[in-house]
Amino acid sequence: MDIISLVSSLFITTGALSILVGLLGVYRMPDFYTRLHAASIIDTLGAMLILFGLILYYGLNIVSLKLLLILIFILITTPTAAHALAKSALHGNLKPILKDD
Amino acid sequence: MSNYDIFFHKISLIISLAFLWVMLSGHYTPLLLLLGILSVLVVASISSRMKLIILDQPILQLYFIRFIPYGFWLIFQIIKSNIDVCKRILNPKLPISPRLVTVRSSQLSNFAKVVYANSITLTPGTISIDLDDSNIEVHSLSKIGAEGLKTGDMDRKITSAEANPYV
Repeated sequence: MDIISLVSSLFITTGALSILVGLLGVYRMPDFYTRLHAASIIDTLGAMLILFGLILYYGLNIVSLKLLLILIFILITTPTAAHALAKSALHGNLKPILKDD
Repeated sequence: MSNYDIFFHKISLIISLAFLWVMLSGHYTPLLLLLGILSVLVVASISSRMKLIILDQPILQLYFIRFIPYGFWLIFQIIKSNIDVCKRILNPKLPISPRLVTVRSSQLSNFAKVVYANSITLTPGTISIDLDDSNIEVHSLSKIGAEGLKTGDMDRKITSAEANPYV
């Protein structure tokens, strides 16, 4: 087992753990809007770490270029979807829980 | 807008589409290359007939290069706020204090405004809920995230990237 596949499996494991933390957050958070925050961990840190680990594993060729393209499209489309969900919830009169400290 | 500019817009669209096709295909036999050229030309002609080539804006395919240094800064911010939100989730007391704040967006073009709103949503802990011409309403998970946005660091970086004269 060489050093590059070791580092890439480290990245992929960390990504899987961060997805687990995001799922735990979706379960624990009190309302819709705060659940969206927890879910955004999954599609930023989780996707970034796993795809970066795969890019390291494949080296510089057309597969890793495609993986980079997938990462860019994920980073453009998921915030748009989260914004659409939050906006439709707000305009559908779902009141967020607010707390000041 | 002169004929030369319209021509340049179309050529840049064709080049970026061809680049995307070569990147996604990975096959270089003559038949497949011919089919690729045909599909690129069909897509380019359809998008110019649909007036998707917007003439009063900068060329989008080259314009996004301005935001690449900002992208690296953004990735750093995403990792920082991810660690913060992960700590809050794993804390047994769940120390969150959700709030709605309004931040100003000083960008001029629609493209830069989209970049700003998407950057806010992309950083965990803040979601852009609603936006009009110069304000963005943000739902924030904690006081720290809301105050970080209020300092206007991200807003200033995008505005200066938008106005970058060197690219």
